[in-house]
Amino acid sequence: MKYSADEIIEVVRMLSEEDLDIRSVTLSVNTLTLISDDVNKTLEKFNSLNPILEKFSYSVDKVSEKYGVKIVTKRVAVSPVQYFLEVLAESDGIKIGEKLEELAEKNGIDYISGYSAFADRGFTKGSLSVINTLAEVMNSTRRLTGMINAASTFSGLNSDAIKKFVDQIFSMKPEASSRVSILSNVPPDSPFVPSAHHGIGMPDMMINVAVSGPGVIENAIKRSSPSSLEELHDVIKRSAFKISRLGELIGKAVSKEIGVPFGSVDLSLAPSPKVGDSVAGIIEAMGIEKIGGHGSLSALAILMDAIKKGGSMATSHVGGLSSAFIPVSEDSIMAERALEGYVDFFTLLALSSVCNSGIDMVGVSKKQGKDKVIGLIMDVLSLGITLNKILGVRVIPVDSEPGTVIDLGGLLGKVVVMRLKDVSVERFTSLNGFIPNTIKRLEAG
Amino acid sequence: MENAIVVVVGADKPGIVAGISSKLAEENVNIVDISQTVLRGIFAMIMLVDISKSKVPLSELRKELQQKGKELNVEVLVYHEEVFKYMERI
Repeated sequence: MKYSADEIIEVVRMLSEEDLDIRSVTLSVNTLTLISDDVNKTLEKFNSLNPILEKFSYSVDKVSEKYGVKIVTKRVAVSPVQYFLEVLAESDGIKIGEKLEELAEKNGIDYISGYSAFADRGFTKGSLSVINTLAEVMNSTRRLTGMINAASTFSGLNSDAIKKFVDQIFSMKPEASSRVSILSNVPPDSPFVPSAHHGIGMPDMMINVAVSGPGVIENAIKRSSPSSLEELHDVIKRSAFKISRLGELIGKAVSKEIGVPFGSVDLSLAPSPKVGDSVAGIIEAMGIEKIGGHGSLSALAILMDAIKKGGSMATSHVGGLSSAFIPVSEDSIMAERALEGYVDFFTLLALSSVCNSGIDMVGVSKKQGKDKVIGLIMDVLSLGITLNKILGVRVIPVDSEPGTVIDLGGLLGKVVVMRLKDVSVERFTSLNGFIPNTIKRLEAG
Repeated sequence: MENAIVVVVGADKPGIVAGISSKLAEENVNIVDISQTVLRGIFAMIMLVDISKSKVPLSELRKELQQKGKELNVEVLVYHEEVFKYMERI
């Protein structure tokens, strides 16, 4: 036979038992051509997206059925709404948000992303309008997502954007705040929400793909029980190659089916709340009894380096976040360790320095005060501009006490409300303005 | 030639190969190669089949084979060959 029985069984096992699937196929589409200074005209122009969204939705299903590979979500990324609101009234943002929601619902799209703005150095009318309407728009939608890029290696960190963002998320329902994030150095081609938007410099349309396969790597480690670090690195690298190849295959197939260029594969290993689909599970399979223990950073550094090396061999089109992706609520073991106290905010910060994607899907108690949340976001984004990394924060402010759990259901999972360090940082966070771009900026010229 | 891989998992008993292959023949799908192995500690039959002249698309064939599998009390998994080519070959 062309393939040995072992090779066939390996692939079948990954797909049927180890939850290897495509987390998302994301159509990224330029919508800047729909801008008008008359909101009704803009809303009308948005209808022109229906045919491509319908075709995209149909094509994703067709490719999934053809190959026998599960595609968990279909997503669409549009140009940041900021650009629309530069020439429209702030309140028009709400109408655009509703329109995007309608387009997603009508065409069977799980998430539509792009209620977003760039404010890393300061505000424009458009970026300010997006931030100011974020809570109202997210509270009235289900499929719309958005991000604020509040820091970049090139421009520095805008603390005023962070404060306004925190004001907004404190007014959101928990589910609504799971659809917004604040980032440093957001990439232009992310297939993940809420960071996905149609970025600058991209072609009119493209297909970006995210793969989900932590179970494959965890099981490969357990089966091979490596006796040296080199062997461990090699086992992960080989599995990562295979996982990323699946992303490349499906991305290219969808791209061919609808005649849109293939953008990139995000090498992140998105987990899901299902047992056996956990990134923390990999770290624990590597020999750390509970993630958060000393050695976790080193284990994560090995994991991510091996994934990037295997992944870059598998596809020439690498993009998105491509980092360890450990949304606490979406990863059952992370959620458990957070509840047990092995993982706290400083653990997540430390993991971010070796390529975690930041602090993602963690509950915070409103009772602990906004200043601590602002401080937390400033910490993560400062790491981002100092290390020149894509990092983000997606926290869920809730009324309940630290140590409690809020169940958001589905892929979002159970949100653990983690305790923020009980130290007032108000005097620092009330300082206005921006943190100047760091010396890292000068490496570029 | 466009191929698919069919994996049949279940206790080995008379009629399984006949049941699956008659369904394949019905849809004009040719068996290129057969081998057997063990998956999850259970007997597994692997078939490489040519679907280029199939009367139905692969998604439909998968449904029909899985229905047949239910009757025979075995699990049937069907994937396009490209998946294996991409993941097992450079």
